Amino acid sequence: MYKIVEREEMAQGTVVRNVIEAPKVAKKARPGQFVILKANETGERIPLTMADTDPEAGTITVIYQVVGKSTALFKTLQVGDGYQDLLGPLGQPTHLEKYDGLVICVGGGTGTAVVHPITKGFKAAGNQVVGIIGSRTKDLLILEKEMTAASHELKVCTDDGSYGHHGFVTDVLKGYLEGKDKVSLVVAAGPVPMMKFVSKMTKEYGVKTLVSLNSIMIDGTGMCGGCRVSVGGKNRFTCVEGPEFDGHEVDFDELTQRLGAYRDMEKAAMEKFDHDCKIGLNH
Amino acid sequence: MAEKKEKIARQPMPEQAPEVRRGNFEEVPMGYSAETAMLEASRCLQCKKPTCVQGCPVEIDIPAFIACIKEGDFSGAISKLKEKTALPAVCGRVCPQEVQCEAQCILGRKDDPVAIGRLERFAADMARERGDKSRPEIAAKTGKSVAVIGSGPSGVTVAGDLILKGHDVTVYEAFHKAGGVLVYGIPEFRLPKKIVQEEMDALADLGVKFELNAVIGRTETVDELFERHDAIYIGVGAGLPSFMRIPGENLIGIYSANEYLTRSNLMKAYLFPEYDTPIVLGKNVAVIGAGNVAMDSARTALRLGADKVRIVYRRSREEMPARAEEIHHGEQEGIEFHLLTNPIRFIGDENGRVKSMECIKMELGEPDDSGRRRPVPIQDSNFMFDTDLVVIAVGAGANPLITSTTPGLETTKWGYIVADPITGKTKKRGVWAGGDIVTGQATVILAMGAGRQAANSIHDYLTWGW
Repeated sequence: MYKIVEREEMAQGTVVRNVIEAPKVAKKARPGQFVILKANETGERIPLTMADTDPEAGTITVIYQVVGKSTALFKTLQVGDGYQDLLGPLGQPTHLEKYDGLVICVGGGTGTAVVHPITKGFKAAGNQVVGIIGSRTKDLLILEKEMTAASHELKVCTDDGSYGHHGFVTDVLKGYLEGKDKVSLVVAAGPVPMMKFVSKMTKEYGVKTLVSLNSIMIDGTGMCGGCRVSVGGKNRFTCVEGPEFDGHEVDFDELTQRLGAYRDMEKAAMEKFDHDCKIGLNH
Repeated sequence: MAEKKEKIARQPMPEQAPEVRRGNFEEVPMGYSAETAMLEASRCLQCKKPTCVQGCPVEIDIPAFIACIKEGDFSGAISKLKEKTALPAVCGRVCPQEVQCEAQCILGRKDDPVAIGRLERFAADMARERGDKSRPEIAAKTGKSVAVIGSGPSGVTVAGDLILKGHDVTVYEAFHKAGGVLVYGIPEFRLPKKIVQEEMDALADLGVKFELNAVIGRTETVDELFERHDAIYIGVGAGLPSFMRIPGENLIGIYSANEYLTRSNLMKAYLFPEYDTPIVLGKNVAVIGAGNVAMDSARTALRLGADKVRIVYRRSREEMPARAEEIHHGEQEGIEFHLLTNPIRFIGDENGRVKSMECIKMELGEPDDSGRRRPVPIQDSNFMFDTDLVVIAVGAGANPLITSTTPGLETTKWGYIVADPITGKTKKRGVWAGGDIVTGQATVILAMGAGRQAANSIHDYLTWGW
């Protein structure tokens, strides 16, 4: 069992942060890499990019949004409980290097948890780093404090204007792309439409862009091919070659379709889970 | 004149009827009773120079274990088996005996060979049902430690052999369950997972340690394992799915066989929603390829409620690589075979789900590198199939996770590890490899044979330093 040592609900309980004991993974992990978690015997294998690691304490941090049965099940796990299975670190680490221009890290929703360690990494590599994070509304915003510390400059956006800039992260990004400072790299993680529009915009300005993908996967070791994604017309495996790819080359529409492969089954599973919760079958 | 002994026929094994079993995941053949097993065992001639043993990649003393069954000494039978195989219940079920031990049986020249596989299965099942833990003796501890990467057939053979020789053994498995292809690949109706688990438990009882969720190449590297192990065996399997590289292959409802079978077998998607992992349920299924993995996929699809399942294969019946028994079982269950047919593109609906595929008819031309006649497309023979689930079972390649993170390990141009065919030694000192990561996709028993040879070589190395 991989024990949860810290747990926090964020964004009005729609997002949960877990600090989990996993010494070997914590020692090896680098920004951009992910783990696969499975709650119990009957559970699904869920990939989550690590939001932080503490090699000294032997822990990793994951932040997930409750979107279906499996994450709802994760949410029932309290401090002292644990995940039955955890493996990692998986995928390629972010290639951290020093650029002559700005590095802009864009996080939407729980994607902010993904860009947080990457933002820290680019700052540590000596870059001038700008963070842009967004959410639907103020109460759903996460990691503002952490991202402020991780970047030189942080911009916040909300779709409804309840906090920060009223509008999308792409609006703020555009300001930088048209500004006087050279932008060398954009890194984006979040909902697929956000990554798609960020990539579309940066392509017009010719700015290199990395996106961190969240494909459906099983093993995480390149064995099943379920996470395949078209990048520049070639099939690439998110689990071993990703999760980061060139945003200008990714077929986001295909990715969106593939992410919806099990939507009906997921919905049925969620309804059953809610029902079982109400009549007290869980736990 | 001596009285002529009444000839006993090869004993059939009772099976679930095809129309029943195509609707469930229970095992198809139901095993011998003790009486039938003893009767079948009595057919063995107990040859002085048994040719059957030469046909067995792990050299099981076949006449000896069969003699025990004939006498009703079932404990003796399992002990004899376990001297040479860590997985008797598995081998008795999934080995292609018809081309190995049974193909060499003298009786087979004029009559049917002794049903060696069924008897092996019987001995293993009997021991399990009776809780009989009979096993060979373990040698005194040597103080040496071996890491085995991968808990499939070759890895556990190495583990079983070396623990008996007194070494410490830790098996590293990337998945959350031990057994490799035996748990993620081979379906329940051919190899119940409970049986695999019990074979793994038997190894744990002998002292083999299992470290699950350990992705060597990521969690730790081969070189890091040398910090606490004296020798390393790599038996990670082929582990890289092959796709067709034709248009539309990323539509929803198109799986690699690895993914389809892993979802169903390891993740138990066939029990959804009791288990959380979903799987696309096709009514009109096409499986591309005609090996054992293709048969397993096709028969799984039937059991998941398909109305129609087709095997689509670009060569002819003679070239089909699957075991005769698997093809026979599939046909009995109603699987259709579309031979000399190759898909050239997949077509999706507005939601990105596969709805049909375009195929082309093939004919056989001159022999290719594999010695089989090369299939050649017939001009203008294109036609369409409707399908809502496609499983691509055209083989697997070498997964680069370990080879790309282990300096000094030589690979072929296809990425397989270069290892000595007799000893399994790689070009890196202290590292052995065997099974599909060396040979490419093959059978359980060949992987076990490679494991046996490597275990002997590792033992020599740990004992004498070479």
